[in-house]
Amino acid sequence: MFKILKKRVLNPDVTLMEIEAPQVARKALPGQFIILRVDDKGERIPLTVAGFDREAGSITIIFQKVGYTTIKLDSMEEGECLIDFVGPLGVASEFEGMKKVAVIGGGLGVAIAYPQAKALHDLGAEVDLIVGFRNKDLIILEEELKDASTNLTMMTDDGSNGNKGFVTAALQERLAQGANYDTVIAIGPLMMMKAVCDLTNESGIHTIISMNPIMIDGTGMCGCCRLTVDGKTKFACVDGPDFDGHKVDFAEAIARSKMYKAEEKISMEKHNCRLTGGVR
Amino acid sequence: MANMNTNKTPMPEQDPNIRNKNFSEVALGYTAEMAIDEAARCLNCKNQPCVKGCPVNVRIPEFVSLVAAGKFIEAAEIVKSTNSLPAICGRVCPQETQCEQLCIRNKKGDPVAIGRLERFVADYAMAQGGAKEDIAPSNGHKVAIVGSGPSGLTCAGDLAKLGYDVTIFEALHTPGGVLVYGIPEFRLPKALVRKEIAGVEALGAKLKVNQVIGKTYSLDELMEDEGFEAIYVGSGAGLPKFQKIPGENLNCVYSANEFLTRINLMRGYDFPENDTPVFVGNSVAVVGGGNVAMDAARCAKRMGAENVYIIYRRSDAEMPARAEEIHHAKEEGIIFRLLTNPTEIIGDENGRVKALTCVEMELGEPDDSGRRRPVVIKGSEYTIDVQTVVIAIGNSPNPLIKDTTPGLAAESWGGIITDESGATSREGVYAGGDAVTGAATVILAMGAGKTAAAAIDEYIKSK
Ligand SMILES: Cc1cc2nc3c(=O)[nH]c(=O)nc-3n(C[C@H](O)[C@H](O)[C@H](O)COP(=O)(O)OP(=O)(O)OC[C@H]3O[C@@H](n4cnc5c(N)ncnc54)[C@H](O)[C@@H]3O)c2cc1C
Ligand SMILES: Cc1cc2nc3c(=O)[nH]c(=O)nc-3n(C[C@H](O)[C@H](O)[C@H](O)COP(=O)(O)OP(=O)(O)OC[C@H]3O[C@@H](n4cnc5c(N)ncnc54)[C@H](O)[C@@H]3O)c2cc1C
Ligand code: SF4
Ligand code: SF4
Ligand code: FES
Repeated sequence: MFKILKKRVLNPDVTLMEIEAPQVARKALPGQFIILRVDDKGERIPLTVAGFDREAGSITIIFQKVGYTTIKLDSMEEGECLIDFVGPLGVASEFEGMKKVAVIGGGLGVAIAYPQAKALHDLGAEVDLIVGFRNKDLIILEEELKDASTNLTMMTDDGSNGNKGFVTAALQERLAQGANYDTVIAIGPLMMMKAVCDLTNESGIHTIISMNPIMIDGTGMCGCCRLTVDGKTKFACVDGPDFDGHKVDFAEAIARSKMYKAEEKISMEKHNCRLTGGVR
Repeated sequence: MANMNTNKTPMPEQDPNIRNKNFSEVALGYTAEMAIDEAARCLNCKNQPCVKGCPVNVRIPEFVSLVAAGKFIEAAEIVKSTNSLPAICGRVCPQETQCEQLCIRNKKGDPVAIGRLERFVADYAMAQGGAKEDIAPSNGHKVAIVGSGPSGLTCAGDLAKLGYDVTIFEALHTPGGVLVYGIPEFRLPKALVRKEIAGVEALGAKLKVNQVIGKTYSLDELMEDEGFEAIYVGSGAGLPKFQKIPGENLNCVYSANEFLTRINLMRGYDFPENDTPVFVGNSVAVVGGGNVAMDAARCAKRMGAENVYIIYRRSDAEMPARAEEIHHAKEEGIIFRLLTNPTEIIGDENGRVKALTCVEMELGEPDDSGRRRPVVIKGSEYTIDVQTVVIAIGNSPNPLIKDTTPGLAAESWGGIITDESGATSREGVYAGGDAVTGAATVILAMGAGKTAAAAIDEYIKSK
């Protein structure tokens, strides 16, 4: 059993938890993920390792409430236990040779981008961190993000923090000003990562994206997480989750992410009352 | 007096049109009377041809005569002395190509129903609280087992009996390997697998789930940091093969592993009571002709699909599935499209499967394997409307362990290389089962676990 050591509500949609999992904390690296199950009937869901404390033996996860399992997870409190927690899975991010990097995080992607930005910053790279939220009330981890970057740009879709626009607009502006990044790392919704890749494709800047397909085992056994990269089928759980964004077949990935739309809705309806008394 | 009936005593089964709508076990097992009656068909042959057909040499005539005499517990003990998971083997062994193939009575009529009798005595003994087993006092030597499939469980059980401090590391959240995530409930009840696993734990073996070896710990870390003196790798063949035809990444194209895992391991048949969804349309095409394909097709039917097709490129005679599974599948209304090969999966505007294009084949000259090679019949192309395609054309060993263990020799297709004792190129590391042979059978995986347990015992004693 894996105890929830700490729970912090970052905004109405996003929650941070520290989970006691010493075996995972021993080896976890930025870019890797874990798979958890909340209870015996639960789905296996993948979440990024947002932080780790080798001494305390804990892993930090940050998740957005998008569906049944993440809402159920959010309903748990400190001291309660998750039934399964396995990792670290996937290939750790490769930062070799990166000197000047733009890290772009959209929405929940901000939480996933944070450990990567921090690792790069700690390694001495110049990190332009560009993050976007729908509005200023949803801004999370502001202090942490500042500490993990050389420059932090915060955008909001509605301009409520005084900086209106999408993260791609901010990146485009930087590129127009002549920013010479050796690498761009983009993490967030598929549409946002695609937009970033379209931008950087023009100038040929190496762009890494973190894919988040539907998964089950996370060990290469089921093939459910497959995607096409450079014309070849890859399994995101063992070959990724980081890939060269200019080689990923986005149309296919976007279609595959919608595989269980109808069933997800059934899950939510069936369980709504049991969970939050009908919220959402 | 031997029973000279040329037919096997039939085993009661659920009616095909009822069972194809539920996940309860299809074959209901013999009663004591039926078992005694069937056991009386054995002629107790002096040269015991049947025993040579069994990969672990179950002492067949001995246990069968005990059944005939009504001594079921004693019979179970004889079986258990060479086969640690008889309730499972009795259900899933391909008997018709093993023990029963060589049974003398197979020459004229049906062979003795060795598998059914094995199942009967195992179930009987289990219901009585299990056959007793002797455990040697602890010797303090630590051995790690990677994978809790039949191979790992057997190796763990044997070593625990010898007094070793055994820990099984399993990647998934439930132990059992293919026995739980692949083979469906209606063929192998999970409660039974759980009991067998509890038996291995009762021998003193520790079981740790959620441990992906190669990620959570590497083999080197297990040896150097965690103090294991030897390791047995029984990680199976869990890497799904795809056909590499257009449309394979469309939504609702599943590997058989994914389809079966969602239904069996994650209990997707009970969605939304259990949280993991699985999509099964009205018409489903399953590509392949092995046990895996039969299981996927029969699951699809039980999940409510009207039309379920088995698409297989060779003929009936070459189908690798157990005869009983093919027979059961046909009874349950699965439609067999033999000598047929898929060429393309067609999607709709949302990227979901809507049809499968196939070509018909005929058998040409024999190939390297001696089987007649299927060749395409020109102009035979046609499409079938389906909403789901399941690819069940085989699995190969997962590369995770070989890729994270320097100096561990493996074949180009992924199989770990070992000698006959199971020793790999790394000292103290043994391997067996599907991880070595590629996808094979439960009984061969168990046999390999047994052989390696003996070799590990030798190795540690000689250190
Ligand atoms: C490697 C990886 C890392 C991830 N890291 C994070 C993270 O740090 N924080 C976070 O909030 N989310 C992360 N995700 C996504 C997270 O796994 C999904 O949001 C979660 O599974 C949704 O489950 P649900 O039952 O709450 O929602 P559902 O109702 O199942 O689905 C809601 C949406 O989530 C997507 N989804 C459903 N199941 C999965 C699944 N098994 N895997 C991925 N997406 C799915 C669907 O496309 C759907 O649109 C990550 C995914 C991957 C693959
Ligand atoms: C659907 C299906 C039906 C079948 N039907 C039959 C049948 O009727 N009769 C028959 O004889 N055979 C059948 N087989 C084949 C048989 O199940 C296998 O040959 C047998 O299970 C192999 O046993 P194993 O112990 O080598 O591997 P597995 O049963 O595959 O077990 C391997 C275990 O290792 C775990 N593992 C893998 N990698 C790691 C890792 N890195 N770290 C930790 N754990 C790991 C896996 O999660 C798994 O639990 C069938 C197979 C399938 C898929
Ligand atoms: S283990 Fe399998 S092959 Fe051996 S006797 Fe039993 S059923 Fe036959
Ligand atoms: S070959 Fe058949 S009849 Fe002869 S001993 Fe074996 S089971 Fe009995
Ligand atoms: S999640 Fe099953 S292979 Fe990647």
